[in-house]
Amino acid sequence: MDMAGLSAYAVFFLSLVGIYAIMALGLNMQWGMTGQFNIGIAGFFAVGAYTTAILTSAPAESRVGGFDLPFLVGLAGSVIACIPVAWLVGRITARLRTDYLAIATIGIAEIIRLFFVNESWLSNGTRGIPGIEKPFGLGNNGYLLIIIAFVALAWLLVEIARRSPWGRVLRAIRDNEPATAAAGKDIARFRLQAFITGSCLMALGGGLYAHFVGFVSPEAFRPLYGTFLVWVMLIAGGSGNNLGAMLGALVVWLIWSSTEMIAGLVPTALIGSESAFRVFLIGVLLQIILVSRPQGLLPEKRPPMPGEKR
Amino acid sequence: MIEIIQLLINGILLGSILALGAVGATMIFGVLRFAHFAHGDFMAIGAYFALTVVTVFNLPVLAALPVAMLLTGGLAILIDQVVYRRIRRVQPVILLIASFATALVLRSFIQMVWGSSNQVYQVGIQLPWRIGPFTLKPDHLLIFAAAAGLVLIVHLFLSRTRMGKAMRAMSDNMDLALVTGIPANRVIMWTWAIGGALAAAAGVFLGMDTRLHPVMGWTLLLPIFAATILGGIGRPYGAILGGLVIGCAMELSTLVIPGAYKPAVAFAIMVATLVFRPQGIIKGNA
Repeated sequence: MDMAGLSAYAVFFLSLVGIYAIMALGLNMQWGMTGQFNIGIAGFFAVGAYTTAILTSAPAESRVGGFDLPFLVGLAGSVIACIPVAWLVGRITARLRTDYLAIATIGIAEIIRLFFVNESWLSNGTRGIPGIEKPFGLGNNGYLLIIIAFVALAWLLVEIARRSPWGRVLRAIRDNEPATAAAGKDIARFRLQAFITGSCLMALGGGLYAHFVGFVSPEAFRPLYGTFLVWVMLIAGGSGNNLGAMLGALVVWLIWSSTEMIAGLVPTALIGSESAFRVFLIGVLLQIILVSRPQGLLPEKRPPMPGEKR
Repeated sequence: MIEIIQLLINGILLGSILALGAVGATMIFGVLRFAHFAHGDFMAIGAYFALTVVTVFNLPVLAALPVAMLLTGGLAILIDQVVYRRIRRVQPVILLIASFATALVLRSFIQMVWGSSNQVYQVGIQLPWRIGPFTLKPDHLLIFAAAAGLVLIVHLFLSRTRMGKAMRAMSDNMDLALVTGIPANRVIMWTWAIGGALAAAAGVFLGMDTRLHPVMGWTLLLPIFAATILGGIGRPYGAILGGLVIGCAMELSTLVIPGAYKPAVAFAIMVATLVFRPQGIIKGNA
């Protein structure tokens, strides 16, 4: 591969790492900090991607929209559209045990996917929505800078949240719910806030993704890409640690990309399908991490208390 | 009216498949305290084990059923010993993530070994029987009979054998059961074996009714959990009842909403249960 090809691949690679990093940060807010088990990431991702697709694409006859609105309006729409969905899920499940939340979120993600497959007046069905342009006439290189800016913004927000009193309450809920309730904190409300914030970050990731690939269809939101990789990233990077979440996105996406090469080396007759083999490898990797190093690459560090020396 | 009865017949069929899956899921939930997300993929791999037996030895599906159940039960114990056992003491939620990974590993394994296209046990069209205005396929009768037989065996196991009673005791009250000297590890292994075997049976029946596909089990996971929660966590009899209710509700719902949204019906019932009666129909350990 020549230099130009290599740098083009690097830009492509880093853009996807950035998008996944934002989603991993969102999941860290829910799971790492609050202990909420969301495996419906794909659903919120889809809401974000479809909202900006409908808002910013050129008008089409077969469906509602597009409205040809500017990029930033589309992204804002993604985040705003996610709020009522996340509120509904969070409201139903805020008082329930983790297992129930997990089952409920996977149900929501599946229903959102069914919705986008079947309601073609809105989403153009399985054919998807093409022609979602990158903003300001930018190419891949310029768009990478925008993604990096959003990653930085997302990191800043969750890091401030983590160090704030609000973040302390979330960790207290995660570690000892009855004690936190005894301290007079409204647990359901804090959980709902964390759930919505995290889900909105996932929707933001979805919006950025839609503009990056220029096309959305229900195929992209199967549990694997949307949900599973983000979970592997957070667990591998270190749940509870925001830098860990982003490092996990980089490392896991690197491994995921290199499994393509490994799968290319093994004869197809032996493994049947290349994509299935890659999923198999990444699933085994997650099992190994869970069994051998459940705290991840960068374990969680408690932020300093106010006035405490580092 | 005729349409409703026909849908009810289909619903009981789907319901008995769901019930078999839900009995295993609820036992695992009750004894090990975690929602097993690979349960649907246990169903799928059981169905594919049976497919191999059917095609290699040229046997009828029902003869392949015990083999598939045995293999899947063994696989469930193996996965438990290799993966779940090591993280059981950490946190139930870590088990949940691990089971999610198991689900993907199993599914991609199926795609690698058997391919990802639709497959059937028997090529050719089975002529349905016409009983008055209703239609019933001979396969459906087989599924009803076999599912009822399996449920009866599970009932006898749970109520008459020491191991079955120990299992129910652990599901009811873990601490009390352990204090009385119940061999926890053996109970856990039996739970996996029975859960895996019943899931395989459900998968084979589903494959007989429709077709085999790598995601066939995953798509039924949500209704199975709905049946588990509706019936009360850790309550095998509740799970059977829950499976039948969810199956009938999913089929009857096609009268008013598009069939594509059947999983949404199961989900709605589940959410309603969680909000209004989180302990389930038969009081479970919510």
